[in-house]
Amino acid sequence: MSSQDIPEENLPAERAADEHGAVSVADEKHPFADPGLPPHEHRIQDIDERAAKRSERAVAFLFTMSMLATVGFIAAFVAIPVDEIVYIWPLGHISGLNFALGMTLGLALFCIGAGAVHWARTLMSDEEIADERHAIEASPEDRAKVHADFKQGAKESALGRRKLIRNTMLGALTLVPLSGIVLLRDLGPLPEDKLRHTLWRRGKLLVNMNTDEPLRASDVTVGSLTFAKPEGLEEHDHEFQNEIAKAALMIVRLEPKDIKDKRELEWSHEGIVAYSKICTHVGCPISLYEQQTHHVLCPCHQSTFDLSDGARVIFGPAGHALPQLRIGVNDEGYLEALGDFDEPVGPSFWERG
Amino acid sequence: MSTTTTKDSRSREKAPAGEKVADWADGRLGIYSLAKANMRKIFPDHWSFMLGEICLYSFIIIILTGVYLTLFFHPSMNEIEYHGSYVPLQGQMMSEAFASTLDISFDVRGGLLIRQIHHWAAIVFLAGMFVHMMRVFFTGAFRKPREINWLFGFLLFVLGMFTGFTGYSLPDDLLSGTGVRFTQGAILATPIVGTYISMFLFGGEFPGGDFVSRFYSIHILLLPGIMLGLVVGHLILVFYHKHTQFAGPGKTNKNVVGMPLLPVYMAKAGGFFFLVFGFIAMLSAVASINPIWVLGPYRPDQVSTGAQPDWYMGFAEGLIRAMPGWEINLWGHTLVLGVFIPLVLFGLFLGVIALYPFIESWITGDKREHHILDRPRNAPTRTGFGVAWVTAYMIMLIGGGNDIVATHFHLSINSVTWFVRIGFFVGPVVAFIVTKRICLGLQRRDADKVLHGRESGIIKRLPHGEFIEVHEPLSQEALHTLTAHEQYKPAEIGPAVDENGVERKVKGSQKLRAKLSNAYFGEDNQIPKPTAEEYKEITSGHGHH
Repeated sequence: MSSQDIPEENLPAERAADEHGAVSVADEKHPFADPGLPPHEHRIQDIDERAAKRSERAVAFLFTMSMLATVGFIAAFVAIPVDEIVYIWPLGHISGLNFALGMTLGLALFCIGAGAVHWARTLMSDEEIADERHAIEASPEDRAKVHADFKQGAKESALGRRKLIRNTMLGALTLVPLSGIVLLRDLGPLPEDKLRHTLWRRGKLLVNMNTDEPLRASDVTVGSLTFAKPEGLEEHDHEFQNEIAKAALMIVRLEPKDIKDKRELEWSHEGIVAYSKICTHVGCPISLYEQQTHHVLCPCHQSTFDLSDGARVIFGPAGHALPQLRIGVNDEGYLEALGDFDEPVGPSFWERG
Repeated sequence: MSTTTTKDSRSREKAPAGEKVADWADGRLGIYSLAKANMRKIFPDHWSFMLGEICLYSFIIIILTGVYLTLFFHPSMNEIEYHGSYVPLQGQMMSEAFASTLDISFDVRGGLLIRQIHHWAAIVFLAGMFVHMMRVFFTGAFRKPREINWLFGFLLFVLGMFTGFTGYSLPDDLLSGTGVRFTQGAILATPIVGTYISMFLFGGEFPGGDFVSRFYSIHILLLPGIMLGLVVGHLILVFYHKHTQFAGPGKTNKNVVGMPLLPVYMAKAGGFFFLVFGFIAMLSAVASINPIWVLGPYRPDQVSTGAQPDWYMGFAEGLIRAMPGWEINLWGHTLVLGVFIPLVLFGLFLGVIALYPFIESWITGDKREHHILDRPRNAPTRTGFGVAWVTAYMIMLIGGGNDIVATHFHLSINSVTWFVRIGFFVGPVVAFIVTKRICLGLQRRDADKVLHGRESGIIKRLPHGEFIEVHEPLSQEALHTLTAHEQYKPAEIGPAVDENGVERKVKGSQKLRAKLSNAYFGEDNQIPKPTAEEYKEITSGHGHH
C-alpha cells in the first residue's frame, strides 16, 4: 500500500495556472484559465445610506423584540400556573406555561440570531478576501530536525540498548490495566443458571394479572387472552420486576380438537394452554392475540407464533417457539402449574443449548 | 505590545479599557499570537457549510439543558408509589427515575420545556451529523489532510447514537424500558460472553435495580466527556486545516476565499447559534416529544404497540426486524444468528464509513492535499457508493418502522418485511447504478456546455431553411469552474512479464487495486473533461455547432 507502486502519471497533472496564482487572461493555450476573483459588487446598503439606515433599524427592531420576549418569558413564568391547560389551535389542549415559555424563549433567542445575521449580511463588509494556504506537513528541514531530535532523545534514554529495562517496563505497563478490569468483576453476578428458572413450581396457582385473583378453569373462555403471574408475587415485592420479566404468562383456551401439537395437548387442561409471555426473539412481552387463527404477535418486532401448534414461529425474527408451562387443576378447581418451564424463557443465549 | 495607531486623539492619550484587558491577558496567556492567526481567519461561504454548525450548536444546547435536568432528575430504580400532581398515575408503583421525570414535566416550572428542548436538540444533533457527514462525503472533503477529522466526526456520530440511547432510557418509562430489553436480548445473543455481559451491565438479571444509575453516569459523564474532547479536536482541526471550498474563479487549492471571522463569521455563526436555539425552543413549545406520562412506568411484562426507538436507532431496529430467526443448536450451545448477525451488521455498516477515506486514497494512490471540493457528479463511483449506503440505511429505517408503515398505508406487515429483506440487497445496487448514470449524464452536460455553450432558447432559421438553437458561449468564470476538477487515470498492473521476459509476480492486492481503480476512473466510469484542443477546434469556427 506504499506510494511507490503507484505510477506518477496516473495522478492528474496540476495545472500551472493553479500553482502560481490566477492567469487573468485566457489565451490560446489556456482557454479555461482561472480569471481570478470577480470584482466586488456593492450592495444597496454600501451605496445608499438610507438603505443602510433601514437595515440598522431592522436589526435594532429584532434586538428589541428579543428584549421584549425575555420580559414576556419572565412574566409567563410568574403568571401562568404550572398545571394550566389551554386550548391553542391547531395544537389542541396543551400546557399553557410550556407553550408561553417556549415561544418567548424561542423568540428571544431567534431574534438575536436573526438580528446578528441580518447585520452581517447587510452592513458588514461582504468583500471576499483570499488567504493563502500552507502545506500541513512540515518542511523537509523541520522534519529532519524532529527526526534527529527524536533519535537523540531515544539514544540518550538508552531504551534500545538496555533491553531489560524496555521489556520489564512494557510488561509492567501491560499488566497494570488488569487491576482495572478485575475491579469490574463485581458489576454483577455470574449467569450460572439464573436464566433457566422462573418462580413457577408444582402447585403454584395461576393468578390473573388484572384482578389479582387465582384463575379457575371456568374463568378462561374460548377467544380471550388472559395474562397471569405466579401466586405470591406482588407488585410491591422487591424482586417483582425481575421475576415478572421471566414468569409472565399468557393463557388462552382452544378447542382441544384444534390443538395440532401432541405435547401441547398433554400439557394443557381441557384446551387451556399457558405459554410464556416473553418473546423468544429479544424479550418483548407478547400482547396481541388473533382469536380466529390462534396466532399471537409480538408488537415490538412482529414475531408471530401459532398457539394451536406448539407456539411455533410462523413469521418474524424469533428463532424458536414460546416455552409452554404445564398446567392442571387442583382439587378446588383452580388452575395450577405442574412445574417450572422445562426450557429457559425469553431470548436465546449461548448456553441455552 | 500593541500600541494604538488610530487617529482618535482620546486613544492616543490613553488606551481604551478593552485594550488594557487584552494587553493584560496577552502578557499571561499570549493571546495575541493566537489572535493574529485567527481573528481575521477566512471562511468560505456555502450553504452546506452550516450543517456542521447545526451539530455544534445543538450539542451546546444539549449540554446546557442537560445540566439543568440533572438538578431535578433522580437516577434511581427504587420503586415508589407515585403521589405527584399527574392524576392518572396516582398510586402506581414506579421507579424514582420515572417519578422524578414526571415531576420535571408537571411540577417544575419550565421543566417540561427544558426536557423537550434537550430531546429535540438531541434529534437535531444526530440528524445534523448525518447530513453533515453526507455533505463531507459527497464533496470529498474527507480526503487528505482531513481523514482524521473524518474519524473524529464518525466517532461523534456513533457516540451520539449511544448517548442518545442511554439518555432516552433514563426515564424508565414503558417505551424506553422496552428498548433496553431489546438491547439486553441482543447482548444475550453474543456468543460465549453474552450472558456475562448482560449480568455485568444490569447488575444481575434484567431489569435489576442498577441500569438507570449506570446509564446515567455513562450518559452525563463518560460519553459526553469523550464527545466534548472530540468536538474540540474537530474544531481545532477545522481551524488548522482551514476550510475547504468549491472550485471557482480565484479559488485554488492553495488559497481560501471568503469572509473574515471578525466580524462577518462571528456575527453569522454566533447569530446562527441563536437561530438554532430559538428554533428548537419554539419547536419544544408546540411539539411534544416523548410524553412519558402517556406511556407509564416500565414493566417487563407490558408493552405498547408501535414501539419505536429515536430515529437514529431506527436502522438497527430495522436490521433486527428484517432478519429471519436463524438459530443453530450444536453441542449444547446456541448460536443466535437471527440476532447476532444484525448486531454484527450494525457494526460493519457504521464501520465502513470510518474506513472509506482510506479505501479511496489507497485506490487513487493520491498523497496530495485536497482543499477544493468535488462536485458529487465528478466522482460518480464515490457518489454511487454513498447513495447506495444511504439507500440501505433508509430501507432499514423503513424496516425499523414496518409496523407503522403497515398500519399507516394499510399494507400487510409480512409484505413490508419482505420488501425490506429484498430491498436491503437490491436497493443499494439499483441506487448505485442509477446514481452513477445520473452523474455521468451531468458530466456530459457540463462538457457539452463548455464546448458548445449554453442553450439560449433562441431559435434561428438559417437561409436554407434549417432551424438551429443559438448556443451562447460560457463566461470565462463558468468555463473555468466547469473544467477545474481533476480526473484520475485508472491504475494499471503493468505488463505480465518484466523486461527480461520473466513472469512478474503481481500481488493480489495490486490486482484488486487496479480493478477498483478502473471502476472509479476507467473509460465508462468518468467522462473525460474537455481539453483545450477540443475547445479550440470547436470554437475556431469551422461552421459546426
